[in-house]
Amino acid sequence: MENNFEPKIVAFVCNWCTYAGADLTGTSRIKYATNVRIIRFPCTGRIDYNLLLKAFAQGADGVIVSGCHPNDCHYTSGNFHARRRWIVFKQMMEYMGIDMRRVKFSWVSAAEGAKWADIVNTTVNEIRELGPSQEYLEMSRQGVA
Amino acid sequence: MSRIGVFICHCGENISATVDCEKVAKTLASMPGVAHSVDYKYMCSDPGQSLIRSAIKEKKLTGVVVAACSPRMHEPTFRKACAEARLNPFLCEMANLREHCSWVHAKGDATTDKAIDLVSMLVEKVKRNKPLFPIKVPVTKTALVIGGGIAGIQAALDIANAGQKVVLVEREPSIGGHMSQLSETFPTLDCSQCILTPRMVEVAQNPNITLYTYAEVESLSGFIGNFTARIRKKAKSVDEKLCTGCGECATACPIKKIPSEFNTGLGMRGAIYVPFPQAVPNKPVIDRSRCTYFKSGKCKFCASKCPAQAIRFDQQDEIIEIPIGSVVVTTGFNIKETSFFPEYGYGKYKDVVTGLQFERLLSASGPTLGEVKRPSDGTVPKKIVFVACTGSRDPAKGIEYCSKICCMYTAKHAMLYKHKVHDGDAYVFYMDIRAAGKGYDEFFRRAIEEDHVNYIRGRISRIYERNGKLIVRGADTLLGAQQVEIEADMVVLATAAVANDGAESLAQKLHVSYDAHHFFAEAHPKLRPVETNTAGIFLAGACQSPKDIPETVSQASAAASKVIGLFSNAELTREPIIAVVNRTAPPLFSTCVGCFMCQSACPYHAIEQEEIKTREGKLIKMVAKVNPGLCQGCGTCVAFCRSKSIDLQGYSNEQVYAEVMELLS
Amino acid sequence: MKIGLYPGCSLEGSSREYAESLRAIAPHLGLELEEIEGWNCCGASSAHQLDHTLSLALPARILAQAEKQKFPELLVPCAACYNRLASTKKDLANDASTRDKVTDLINMPYTGVTSVQNILEVLNLVLTPDVQKKIPAAFPHKVVCYYGCLLVRPASVVHAEKMEDPMQMDDLMKRIGATPLDWGMKTECCGASLSITRTDIVGKLCGNILEDATMRGAEAIIVACPMCHSNLDMRRKEIERVTGKKFSIPIVYITQAIGMALGLDAKSLGLHRHFVEVSVHGKNKVQQNVSSPSMAAVS
Repeated sequence: MENNFEPKIVAFVCNWCTYAGADLTGTSRIKYATNVRIIRFPCTGRIDYNLLLKAFAQGADGVIVSGCHPNDCHYTSGNFHARRRWIVFKQMMEYMGIDMRRVKFSWVSAAEGAKWADIVNTTVNEIRELGPSQEYLEMSRQGVA
Repeated sequence: MSRIGVFICHCGENISATVDCEKVAKTLASMPGVAHSVDYKYMCSDPGQSLIRSAIKEKKLTGVVVAACSPRMHEPTFRKACAEARLNPFLCEMANLREHCSWVHAKGDATTDKAIDLVSMLVEKVKRNKPLFPIKVPVTKTALVIGGGIAGIQAALDIANAGQKVVLVEREPSIGGHMSQLSETFPTLDCSQCILTPRMVEVAQNPNITLYTYAEVESLSGFIGNFTARIRKKAKSVDEKLCTGCGECATACPIKKIPSEFNTGLGMRGAIYVPFPQAVPNKPVIDRSRCTYFKSGKCKFCASKCPAQAIRFDQQDEIIEIPIGSVVVTTGFNIKETSFFPEYGYGKYKDVVTGLQFERLLSASGPTLGEVKRPSDGTVPKKIVFVACTGSRDPAKGIEYCSKICCMYTAKHAMLYKHKVHDGDAYVFYMDIRAAGKGYDEFFRRAIEEDHVNYIRGRISRIYERNGKLIVRGADTLLGAQQVEIEADMVVLATAAVANDGAESLAQKLHVSYDAHHFFAEAHPKLRPVETNTAGIFLAGACQSPKDIPETVSQASAAASKVIGLFSNAELTREPIIAVVNRTAPPLFSTCVGCFMCQSACPYHAIEQEEIKTREGKLIKMVAKVNPGLCQGCGTCVAFCRSKSIDLQGYSNEQVYAEVMELLS
Repeated sequence: MKIGLYPGCSLEGSSREYAESLRAIAPHLGLELEEIEGWNCCGASSAHQLDHTLSLALPARILAQAEKQKFPELLVPCAACYNRLASTKKDLANDASTRDKVTDLINMPYTGVTSVQNILEVLNLVLTPDVQKKIPAAFPHKVVCYYGCLLVRPASVVHAEKMEDPMQMDDLMKRIGATPLDWGMKTECCGASLSITRTDIVGKLCGNILEDATMRGAEAIIVACPMCHSNLDMRRKEIERVTGKKFSIPIVYITQAIGMALGLDAKSLGLHRHFVEVSVHGKNKVQQNVSSPSMAAVS
C-alpha cells in the first residue's frame, strides 16, 4: 500500500526530562522520523492545553506531550498538574470529536533516549495510518470550535 | 521592527553532514524580520562568537537565534556573547539542530526542512522576547553534606577548612561508610582504617562541622543559596552529652546475637551497640526493633549498668530545620542482594561470600581478627575461587554496566589471601581485566607473577556443594571454552555495585535526576561531572556511579570547591525566568480576577494575595502577586490562569503561541 | 478449568506415558483438556536450523488453529514444542513484516491472542491447596528436579523467574509431599537431539546428571520434557557404557509423580513403558478407577 502522507507532529516537552532525553537520543545517535518538531517548555505544568487546540487548528496531524515521570518533576508537582488537566482535556477533546489517537501523552526521563525515538516513531506510524487531521478544521469551518 | 540575527553552526561536520546549513541560512535570510543570516563552521569558537558580537553592533540586531547544539549545552555561552555586545542576553535563543535534528536523522531534504522549521520557530519566538534582568538573591553560607562515607568526609573537611560551615548528615550511627569496612586498599595495600580514622576524628573535632549521625534528610525546599533542609534525628535512646562511650551498656545487653551490619553478618552485636571500635561518634545507639525493653517493656540492663546515667528510653525522633546554601550528595553505593545469584548458591552455602564479607574476613578488626577462616566451620580454606563480574556487565540480569572496583579488589583479595595462606590456591574467573589507574595494572600483574594467583578468563555457570566442597563449574575461554571444574573450599563473589537503598526517594526529595539504575545523574558527563541539573546541588562518590577511593576523594574535593566557589559570592544572580501577574492602568489595575487558582497550583507557595486600595484605603480588589524570590519558573500557574493574567517570562503565551503558529504555517 | 491441548509428536510416540499420565491426572485436578483439531508438527529441533521462515510458519499454523477454535489458552506439555510456540509468538508479536509473511504462507489469520502455557505453569495453577488437602504427603520420596534447557531458556522468550535456578518443579514436588533435593545439574544439558547422532556425547552428559542425582541420594529424577526423559531413560545402556557405572535411578514425568500421589494405578500412568523400572510409588495405593471422556482418547 502506497502512503506518501507525511504527518506534521508537534511535541510539547519539558526542559528537564524529555528535552534532555531527546538530547540523549541525539548523543546516542538513535535515528527517528523527521516529522516531529520539539517546542521546549520549563515544565509540563506550563503546557496550556489551549496550545494543543491551537496546533490542531493550525493543521497539526498529531501532538506529543511529554515530561518527567511521576515523582521526578524538577518542580515537584508540575507533571501531576499536567496529568490532572489532561484527564479533563481528553474528555473534552473526545466530546468534540477529535480522534485521541492523535495525541500522545508520555513520560520520558533524561535517561530514556531510546524511549523518545520509539515514541516518535510509533506516533508517526500511527498518525500516518490515520491520515491527515481534518476533524478540527471541519469543526472550525462549521463554527463549532 | 525586529532585526533578528540568525547564526547557523556546522559544528564541524556534526550538523553539516546531514543538514544543508547554507540553505538554512539562505532561507532564513528572506524571512520577515531577519536582518542577518549566516552559517559558520564552529559558532561556539572565539571567531564564531565574535561573528555574533560584531553582527549585533553592525546590524543593530534586536534579537539573536543561534542554531547549533542543545541549549542545555551552549545557551550560557551565546547569551554571554550577546551580553558582551550589549544585547540583553535574554534576547538570544538557541535552535537545537544537532541533538534534535542532524544526529537523529539521515541526510536529506526532510532533515534540512526540519532544521529550517526549528530555526524559524525560534525566530518568531525571539521577536517577542523581552529584555530580562537577573534576580539577585542572598546566599546562606552553610553546606549540607548527605552521607558520611569517605566522599562526605572529604567534602565536609574541604569546605570546613575553607572557613565555611558544614552540616554532615549520616543515617548510620557512625560515619566511615564502606571504606571503614575495608581491610587494605589497592594499589598500595595500606590499611584502610589507618588512613580513614584520622579523617573521621578530624570531622568530629572541626568547629565548622556539625555532625548528625543516625539522622536522615526528610525534605529539602528552596533553591540555590536559599534551601531549607528538614533533618530527622532518629532517637538514639542515649543522651550524647552524658555518655562517655565507656561501653558498659553494650557488655550488659543480654541480646548478643544480632548480625552486625559492619561485619556484614559475619559477626554479632547487641541491641545497644557502637558499630565498630573506631566509630565516630564513639557513642552507642539502641536498635529499637531488636531491644527487649522496646519489645516487651522489661529489661533496662543497659540503663542499670550505665555509670553516666545516659540511657534515655523515652527519647523521641527530633526534626530540625536548617537554612542551607548548597548541598553535596555523597550517599555511596550498596552491593547487590543475595537472591540475585541463586546459581552461585549465595545465601544457600555459608562459604560463598561477597567481596565485602571477604574484606571483613581479611581485616584485623574483623570477626576472625584477620585470619582467613571459612564462615561454615572456621577452618582455613586451602582453595578459594574469586568470581569477578558477578551480576555486573550482564544484560540478562539487568545490570549492563561495569562495577569498576571489582577487578582491582579481587586482585587484592587473592593477593592478601596468598600472603596469609602460603600453601593456598587462589583462582580468579574474569571477563576482562580493567586496571586503568595509576599503579593498577602493575598491581594486578603482581598478583599473577609474584603471588601466583591463577587467572582464568571465563564465566561461572554454577556453584554447588558436593561432599563438603563447593564445585565451581565454568569455562576457560582462552582454552577454547573448555570446561573447568574446581573443587573449592570457599568462593568470593565480586557482586555488582548498585545504588544505595533509598537513592531514588532521596533524589525525589532533592529534585535531582537519576538514571535507570537509580544512580544520581550529573549535569554533564564530561564537563559538569560533580554538578546536578538542580543548581546548588552537587554529587561526589559512588552515588553517581561505582568508583574507587582515589576517584571518590577527587570528586569530593571537586564538589567541595564548587561549594566554596558558590559561597565566595555575597549574593547570587538567578535567571529571571519567573511568573508575573500583569498590572494595567486604573480602574482595572490588573486583569487578574482574584480566583487564586494559581495559589493552589504553585508548588513553591510563591503566590501571594495583594490588596489594591484607593488613596483613602478602601479595598478595590484582590489580585495575585508573585514573590520573585520564591518563584522557580515552572509555569504551572500560567496554564491554570483562567483570565490569562499571569505569564511566565521567557516562555510567555505570546512567545509559545508564536512558535506553534510559525511551525505549522 | 478448560484448556486447549497441543500434544505434538512426542506425546503420541516415544513419550506416550507423558500424555497418558497427563490425561489420567487431569480430572482429579479439575482440568479439562481439549485437543485442538488439525494440528501439525511444531518443527522442533530441525526446522529452525534449516529455514527460519518455516520454523515460524509451522508453530504459527498451530497457534492460528487454536485461535480459530477459540482457545484463549493452549497447554503445550512437550518442552520443545512449548519453546517453539513461545518463540514464534514473540517473534510475530515484535515484527509486523514477518507476521504478514507468515500469515501469507499459512493462509490463515493470526492475531496472537492465544496464550501458550507450559506444563509447570498449568500445574501450578491447578494443584491448589484444596487438591493438596486430598493428598497429604502422598509421594514421600527424595527427588531431584531436572529442568533441562527448553523450559527456562532463552530468558527473553520463557519468562522463568530464575533462569539459572528455577524452582517451579521443586515447589510442585513439595506440594505432593516429596522432598526435592538441592543439586548441581538442574539446568545442565542432557544432549537433547544428539540422542540420535552422537549417543556418546549423550552418554557422557546424562552420566553426569545421573551420577550427581544418585550421589545425593535421590530416589527419582523428575522431568517435564520428553527429550530429557528419553535421553536419561532410554539411553541408559549407552550411559553405562560411556561412564562404566551402573545407575538404577528412575526418571519420572512430573505428571506421573502427581498421578502416583493421587493413587492412580501404574498402568494408567504408563509406568510400564519406561526402560528403567520405576521403583518409587505413591503412599495411597488405593486403586481409584476414574473414567473420564479424556481417558477414552488414550488407548
